[in-house]
Amino acid sequence: MNQQIIQEDDIRREEEFNARIAAGKTIEPKDWMPERYRRQLLRMMSQHAHSEVVGMLPEGNWLTRAPSLMRKAVLLAKIQDEAGHGLYIYSGAETLGTDRSEMIDQLLSGKAKYSSIFNYPTLNWADMGAIGWLVDGAAIVNQTVLAKCSYGPYARAMVRICKEENFHNKQGYQIMAVLMRGTKAQQEMAQDAMNRWWWPSLMMFGPPDKDSPNSGDLMRWKVKLQSNDDLRQRFIDRTVPQAEAIGLRIPDDKLKWNPQTRHYEFGEINWEEFNNVIRGNGPCNKLRLKQRRDAHAEGNWVREAAAAYAAKHARA
Amino acid sequence: MSNQHQWPAWEVFTQKTDGEAHEHAGNVHAPDAEMALLNARDVYGRRQEAVNIWVVPSSAITASTPDDVGPFFDPANDKMYRWPNYFKTPDGIKQI
Repeated sequence: MNQQIIQEDDIRREEEFNARIAAGKTIEPKDWMPERYRRQLLRMMSQHAHSEVVGMLPEGNWLTRAPSLMRKAVLLAKIQDEAGHGLYIYSGAETLGTDRSEMIDQLLSGKAKYSSIFNYPTLNWADMGAIGWLVDGAAIVNQTVLAKCSYGPYARAMVRICKEENFHNKQGYQIMAVLMRGTKAQQEMAQDAMNRWWWPSLMMFGPPDKDSPNSGDLMRWKVKLQSNDDLRQRFIDRTVPQAEAIGLRIPDDKLKWNPQTRHYEFGEINWEEFNNVIRGNGPCNKLRLKQRRDAHAEGNWVREAAAAYAAKHARA
Repeated sequence: MSNQHQWPAWEVFTQKTDGEAHEHAGNVHAPDAEMALLNARDVYGRRQEAVNIWVVPSSAITASTPDDVGPFFDPANDKMYRWPNYFKTPDGIKQI
C-alpha cells in the first residue's frame, strides 16, 4: 500500500478514536487505539500490577509477628488480596498485547518500576496500621478515579479492587485507633509510624502537575480523570479529620484548614527524596527486589510440578 | 528469571447464587483445567462471590469484532416490531 494512504488511514482512525473518548465511550482490547495510548497504558498498568505484588513484601514482614492470631489472619487476608489485585491488573494489561511472564521478567530484572512507597521499611507493628490506612487510603483515592478511565479492562479491574481496598483501609485505621487508646508507648509507636508514612503517602500521587510529563496525554485520553495535585488534595482533606479523631498529629507544621477554599493547606513535599527513591536509592529498593526474586525462585518447583502434572494428564 | 513457557489463559465465569446465570469474571493462567478452577476460586471467589465456576480456555472463545459492529448487528436494526410497545392498543383496553 502507498505510504500516504496508510498515513491518512491512521489520521482518520485517530480522529475516530478521539471522538469516542470525547463521547465518554469505553475502549476495549480489540478496538483500534493509537500506539502511544497502548504504550502509556501498558506502562501504567504494569507498574500498577508490580506495585500490588511488591506491596506484599513490607507487610509479609509482619505476618509472623502480628500480635494475635486474629491479626495474623486479617493481615494474611489483606496480603492475599494484594496478590489478587496484581493478577487482575496483569490480566487487564495482557489485553494490550504483552504476556504476563514478560512483565514479570521486567520486574525481576529491575527494568520495570513500581510504587516507590514500598521501598520504605516496616519497622514496627504500627506500620501495618499506617500502610493500610494511609497507603491503601491513598490508593483508594487514586483507584476510585481510575475505575472510570477510558480503557475497559483497567476500569473493570479497578472496580473490583476498590471494593476490596476498603477492608484494607479500615483494618489499618483500626490498628492505629487501638494503639491510640493504649499505653503511652503504644501511642508513641503509632505517632512514629504516622511521622514516617505521611509524606511518602502524599508522594504516591506523583510529581506536582507542573512537573508531570505524562499527564497531558493521559488526561486527554481520559486514562487519568483528575490531576496528581487534585487527587493529593482530596486524600489530605479526607485523611486529616481521621487522624484528629484518634489523636494522631499530622507531621506538617504548615498544615492548616482554609475555610475559603474548604481545603487543607500543607507544607512543601520533599521531591528530591521522591526522585532519589525512584532512582533506586530508597532505604529498601535492593532488598525488595531481592525478596521478590527469591520468592519467585523458591516458588519455581511448584510451577514445575504443576506443569509436569498437566503434561502427564494431557498425554493420558 | 521466570523464563519459562507461560501457562495458557482461561476465562472465568462465576455464578453468584443458585439459579442465576454465569457471568464473566475475568481470567487466570493455569497449566490445566483443574488448576484453572482452583486459581479462579482464589482470585474471583475469595468473598463468597460464587457458588459455581466455569473455566474455558481463552483460545476457545470466538468473538465478534468491534470493526464490524455496524454491519454485524444490522439485521436487528429495522425490526422494531420485536418490541411489544411498537403496537398501538385501541383506546379503552386496560390490559393486554
